[in-house]
Amino acid sequence: MASHGIRDRVAIVGMGCTRFAEHWDKSADDLLRDAASAALADAGTSRQDIDAYWLGTAQSGMSGIMLAKALGLEGKPVSRVENYCATGSEALRQAAYAVASGAYDSAMAIGVEKVKDSGYQGLNAFPIPTDGTNRTLTAAAMFSMVAPAYARKYGVPMDEMKRVLARIASKNHANGARNPRAQFRREMSVDQICAMPSVAGDLSVFDCAGVADGAAAAIVVRAEDAHRYTDKPLYIKALSLVAGNGSGLTDPEYDYTTFPEIVACAQDAYAQAGVTDPRSQIAMAEVHDCFTPTELVLMEDLGFSERGEAWREIEAGAFDIDGVLPVNPDGGLKSFGHPIGASGLRMMFEVWLQMRGEAPDDRRISTWPERQLALTHNLGGYPGEMVSFVSILGSSLG
Amino acid sequence: MRYRFTMRGIISWGTYLPFRRLDRTTIASVAGSGGGKGTRTVASYDEDTTTLGVEAARVALRDCPDAHPLSLWFATTEPAYLDKTNATAIHAALRLDSGVPAYDALGSIRSTLGALRAALDSSSTSLVVTADRRGSLPGSPDESAGGDGASSVLIGDDASDAPVLAEIVAWESLTEEFLDRWRTPGDLRSRQWEERFGETRYTDLGARAIAALLSTTGLAIDAIDYLIVVGPHDRANSAVAKKSGVASDRVVDTFGTNVGNTGAAAPLLVLASVLERALPGQRILLLVLADGADAVLVRTTPAISQHKPSRAVSVQIAAGAPVAYGKYLAWRGLLPVEPPRRPEPARPSSSAAARNTEWKFGFVGSEDEDGVVHLPPADGEWSMRPMSEVLGTIVTFTIDRLAYSQSPPVVFAVVDFDGGGRLPVELTDVDPEDVAIGGRVEMTFRKLFTADGIHNYFWKARPVRGNGVEG
Repeated sequence: MASHGIRDRVAIVGMGCTRFAEHWDKSADDLLRDAASAALADAGTSRQDIDAYWLGTAQSGMSGIMLAKALGLEGKPVSRVENYCATGSEALRQAAYAVASGAYDSAMAIGVEKVKDSGYQGLNAFPIPTDGTNRTLTAAAMFSMVAPAYARKYGVPMDEMKRVLARIASKNHANGARNPRAQFRREMSVDQICAMPSVAGDLSVFDCAGVADGAAAAIVVRAEDAHRYTDKPLYIKALSLVAGNGSGLTDPEYDYTTFPEIVACAQDAYAQAGVTDPRSQIAMAEVHDCFTPTELVLMEDLGFSERGEAWREIEAGAFDIDGVLPVNPDGGLKSFGHPIGASGLRMMFEVWLQMRGEAPDDRRISTWPERQLALTHNLGGYPGEMVSFVSILGSSLG
Repeated sequence: MRYRFTMRGIISWGTYLPFRRLDRTTIASVAGSGGGKGTRTVASYDEDTTTLGVEAARVALRDCPDAHPLSLWFATTEPAYLDKTNATAIHAALRLDSGVPAYDALGSIRSTLGALRAALDSSSTSLVVTADRRGSLPGSPDESAGGDGASSVLIGDDASDAPVLAEIVAWESLTEEFLDRWRTPGDLRSRQWEERFGETRYTDLGARAIAALLSTTGLAIDAIDYLIVVGPHDRANSAVAKKSGVASDRVVDTFGTNVGNTGAAAPLLVLASVLERALPGQRILLLVLADGADAVLVRTTPAISQHKPSRAVSVQIAAGAPVAYGKYLAWRGLLPVEPPRRPEPARPSSSAAARNTEWKFGFVGSEDEDGVVHLPPADGEWSMRPMSEVLGTIVTFTIDRLAYSQSPPVVFAVVDFDGGGRLPVELTDVDPEDVAIGGRVEMTFRKLFTADGIHNYFWKARPVRGNGVEG
């Protein structure tokens, strides 16, 4: 048993990302073409020069044919992958491993979701035939149980807790306001967010990810070939995935203040990348802030904060864009929006901009280039039953 | 025709009244007519006659743990399904062996007597389950007078570990074809002929049935300690009781003011309430006026003094909480309200449900070699762990205003069961502001939703409310 990783063997050499929005006038195919074209142009290559494709979409299409049709590919291997809300990351993981194996010289990972064609607000899972006894709660309600559990465990008064969560949303809104690709570009104060009515537990819609259409793509090649495409490749240091077995839902020991799948996944990723102190070594992190309590717990599960301390650090601004470790400088799921299949690649797109010095001035992190590593974290599922993905990316080899 | 059963009778009983109560004085201001004094019971949006029946039958079995019914009869006027047997879902929820037959007796209030008679005529222990949801169009007398509830009796021969508590001493039955009340399948309301016609016929039938019973038993009317007269025609019931010769203080209140007429469930519901206060050796005359007259003489035995019902009718009557008339109408499908703007749930898979009957209907988990309880049951050679009677404690909870529900919001809790096992599960019969961490809950059999005509039955949790289960 081992998780060796593929540190420094594969590099990202081009990326594209559409605006995430209610794209009433664009189809999933349109979004795929937009993201793919941008990534190909970025890498200075063409679709026929890419050897293999991985398409991530949770429920906007099925099979590789969706992408082959949209891009007009001929005779190419195209796989469609799905792993809940970590679907976009999963596409990148498959493409990177395929290149690392030597099977292909280049591959594209592309993710898309067309959520706004369902006719309903929010995300609605495709119904799988069951015995009818499965839980029918929304994701918002499942994650809402984290906030009171955390508050109780660490003695945070609930009104203080509400302000901490609003602080997370406010920070992500401030970052998103400076991002032309983000769905929501309006700053929101803590007081404004606290005044919103609850929809699930104590969470309001401002504690929830934006629901948007969008697509994002990355082109990966062997690290030694990277400079044929770009002067500033992004090297893959670690890719880790953990799928939980759902035992947390029925385990009386589980207390809803941590996500064990994420702890295990982060440890694996840090080991692959040789990271020993993430808080000081990592320049920025894009994390899966599907709901504000999720980002709170992630700060501890990813090792950015000590247990029980993240709420204080959030209030102190530790994870603001000018903080000790900027988190979600692009606005996160909260304000960038969450087209499921695209989100994992969207996170990497922000790393692509920031770690190559290409993010706009008004939201550029100051921790780079002193620190050369970035982290993306993408999850799917619920407390007690989730898949977790962590990547470490670096702007230099070694 | 006369039946005499030697020490065969009721060895246990159980009743169930739904939690919600409709204040009849609130009806007329909305419907323009109808209403009246007092309250009636209202089945929740997630209850139908099958789930009501399960709840009553669970109590009957709980209170006589050594008895094992070898047949099951289910009577109701409002079956959840036609063509398909409803008693089989009750059978599954009670986890009876597949060799125990389960039959429906459907459509009329009189079906209850047929089911009871089949149980008495049987040579083995038999479970009779009756349930009804009574109502009609808004503003109607039936809406106001009706009630929802369930009752169940376990019939058997006297045995040391399951003694007869009330012997069925005699039964006189008169059958007569005349049209007093009728409903064609699918109609929302019953229709009734001029009230005086039915009253006249039933008054005559009731008097004849009582006379026949006294004649065959050789008893005088003053030997009757309790007279119960129930049936669809409330005026006839009162008239027969008044003319019976039984002293008015021995005529049993049939819960018109606080429950309502529970139709097919009423005979055994009211009988159960009398058994819960009767002394040994007392005679109860149960007279049911429905398409004839059935006079059943019941006599309590010395064993009844040792019997402690776990959920008395009186306790359930006192435990209710109000439901607004508008919500009642919406639950009944009589007031189309804006549905949640969410996709409706998909129908459950019949074949998947059939693979998981023990879990879905019986609420049976598993226990591994280390004693860890798994909900739902884990695969493997581990032993089954029935959980429907186990109480639990709320670890954490949330209110979901986004999830699809027939009656939003969804109240959802993570429940840890006594002795092990955890399940995130929906709560019912509760207002969001009344939920608290540490609250005690019991399991209740419910209908999660109906899709494509399929009733999706499963279990929910509800607060324990001084019903004696916790001791």
